[in-house]
Amino acid sequence: MNNNKNSIKDIDRTLYDFKDDESRGDFFREKEGITEEIVRHISEEKEEPQWMLDFRLKCLKIYKETPMPVWGPDISELDMDQIASYVRHKSEMKNNWEDVPEDIKNTFERLGIPQAERLSLAGVGAQYDSEIVYHNLKEEVKKQGVIYTDVETAMKTGYEDIVKDYFMTLVLPTDHKFAALHGAVWSGGSFVYVPKGVKVDIPLQSYFRLNAAGAGQFEHTLIIVEEGADVHFIEGCSAPKYNVANLHAGCVELFVKKNARLRYSTIENWSKNMFNLNTKRVVVDEGGKMEWVSGSFGSHVSYLYPMTILKGEGAQMTYTGITFSGEGQNLDTGAKVVHLAPRTTSVITSKSISKSGGIGTFRSSVVIAKQAKESKCSVSCDSLMLDSISRADTVPAMDIRAHDADVGHEAKIGRISDEAVFYLMSRGMTEEDAKALIVSGFADSVSKELPLEYAVEMNNLIKLEMSGHKT
Amino acid sequence: MSAENLLTLKNLTAGVGEAGIEILHNIDLRIGKGETHVIMGPNGAGKSTLGYTIMGNPLYEISSGNIIFDGEDITALTADKRAKKGIFLTFQSPVEVPGLTIRQFLRNALQEIKGERIKFSEFNRKLRSVMDTLSFAEEYADRDINVGFSGGERKKAEILQLLMLEPKLAILDETDSGLDVDAVKTVSAGISEYKKNKDGSLLIITHNAAILEALHVDKVHVVVKGKIVAEGDGSLVEEINRNGFERYTNEQ
Repeated sequence: MNNNKNSIKDIDRTLYDFKDDESRGDFFREKEGITEEIVRHISEEKEEPQWMLDFRLKCLKIYKETPMPVWGPDISELDMDQIASYVRHKSEMKNNWEDVPEDIKNTFERLGIPQAERLSLAGVGAQYDSEIVYHNLKEEVKKQGVIYTDVETAMKTGYEDIVKDYFMTLVLPTDHKFAALHGAVWSGGSFVYVPKGVKVDIPLQSYFRLNAAGAGQFEHTLIIVEEGADVHFIEGCSAPKYNVANLHAGCVELFVKKNARLRYSTIENWSKNMFNLNTKRVVVDEGGKMEWVSGSFGSHVSYLYPMTILKGEGAQMTYTGITFSGEGQNLDTGAKVVHLAPRTTSVITSKSISKSGGIGTFRSSVVIAKQAKESKCSVSCDSLMLDSISRADTVPAMDIRAHDADVGHEAKIGRISDEAVFYLMSRGMTEEDAKALIVSGFADSVSKELPLEYAVEMNNLIKLEMSGHKT
Repeated sequence: MSAENLLTLKNLTAGVGEAGIEILHNIDLRIGKGETHVIMGPNGAGKSTLGYTIMGNPLYEISSGNIIFDGEDITALTADKRAKKGIFLTFQSPVEVPGLTIRQFLRNALQEIKGERIKFSEFNRKLRSVMDTLSFAEEYADRDINVGFSGGERKKAEILQLLMLEPKLAILDETDSGLDVDAVKTVSAGISEYKKNKDGSLLIITHNAAILEALHVDKVHVVVKGKIVAEGDGSLVEEINRNGFERYTNEQ
């Protein structure tokens, strides 16, 4: 991925911007708008049990009754009547890469997904528009009893009870309008079950690709890590750019049981017409450990605040995130944590970069309940603005009910230093390279947390973003 | 004065562009290949501005005059292009760049300046040997540039860059200020190392003679209120150390 053909006005996104022609008849597409007819049709297509259809209809009702959020970035351009909730390529899910239809295969090959699987992954799932088109899990991991499929398949292959026990019990449809919407029209995503004591040495990965214009992607990710188990899950997202708005309202529900560990890494690079209104939540039992790593580069507007509930004594959470907002982007990201048990700890580290008029807002919420004695939380947020037309905001909220809690908050907001740019230029680097090096350096503590290929991808994204900028 | 010209400042007037304040007035200066020149002057005389202007800091604007380097007019060139032509400036207070190690940074810089890829093994060998010369522990190579460095370590890191990048002209801006005796020795050793290349020219901005002891100084320029008010050979350093700048400031 060393393409660096850039233009001045907008960055070169040819790597992500190619799209497959939907009009050729290989695609099935629901009508725009969200109606009961559509919800029933999606459920029918998926041959779902009655309870799931009932749940979808209940969610639809809540969706219609819930107002749009008014506290964050403006989403009035998002016209729900113009969003197609379901687009499916007319092919079945495959577990042999060779059997995946040519156009879809090309898409993922250009994004480097099968290559990554061969190199360093235990399992891969690839979603194209609304449905998972490819799933594969290495034999040795399968033998350990690990289940990695999509939620639909899980319900049909003997795990319906597990799905029923967990599905949207952590993110409730009443949480907000887009959680309700998700419950009504969800499709695809990942179902991961790691049995007690099983440690998966290499990561599982899913890749979400939204190809269709004016469509929504509503994938559901459900991960259950049983007692003492350990897994790393990676998700990547991208989409080509269209002139009409696309919507991503995914939902991620994670369950980390006693002494288990889950690492969840995301590199999100949706195209810049995307409304990314995603909800992620985890509940961590006694001695369990949750690690979030999150890189947000794409989308027009994002609302993204992974939430952690530290339910059991000694449960731990770390969140390491970076957000890069460029021209026309308003990215509202951060993290939420609720300490419910004694001696729970959380560390939230966030970096934000804004340039060319982009707006980056870091929003955090920390709650330490009365019973969460001797708990610790530290929040730090560092923002770098690359010019005087960009904006960075920090909105921290804290609600501390335990007297002996140890809570720290640190926020730094600054402009890129002209002196540092000159320093690097005086050593032979062009202004563009100097700024890119300073920004990569700023992001370094986050890229260190990412798997190598993703760290490389992130650095390439930074270079791409920086090279489109000329002062 | 038989040495071939390297740097010529012709009637150079410069200042802070935005504020419209002129700091340097009609400076004429000529440095030949392999020569060592010293700029002396009281605080606020414009010595550092002179260094920055030659290097191309965009904060300073040239309102008239020219900078000729190696036979080419570089007045309009940006700092990176000047660096590629062989100009180097050590900073009085080198800035921190978190997340960028000295090793990464120097390899990048060297590749930019030489215009070619440099093998890791070759680069690392050179880096190790230069760090050794400066009694700079190699672990510093993998630390972020200047982050958490003491004043002395920052200056050492500047001299390290000088020796790695091997410029044609090195401008040393108060490299010796605020250093203890040992650190001055190390910096002096670094400068002597640079001077082993007979064509390497030096422009030393200082008000301290210690760093000049081991060097043959070709010419001294005294700058007061943005003007060159006196010039002479190396003996002028001693004269100023004895009598200060009073004679020159009074004349102004």
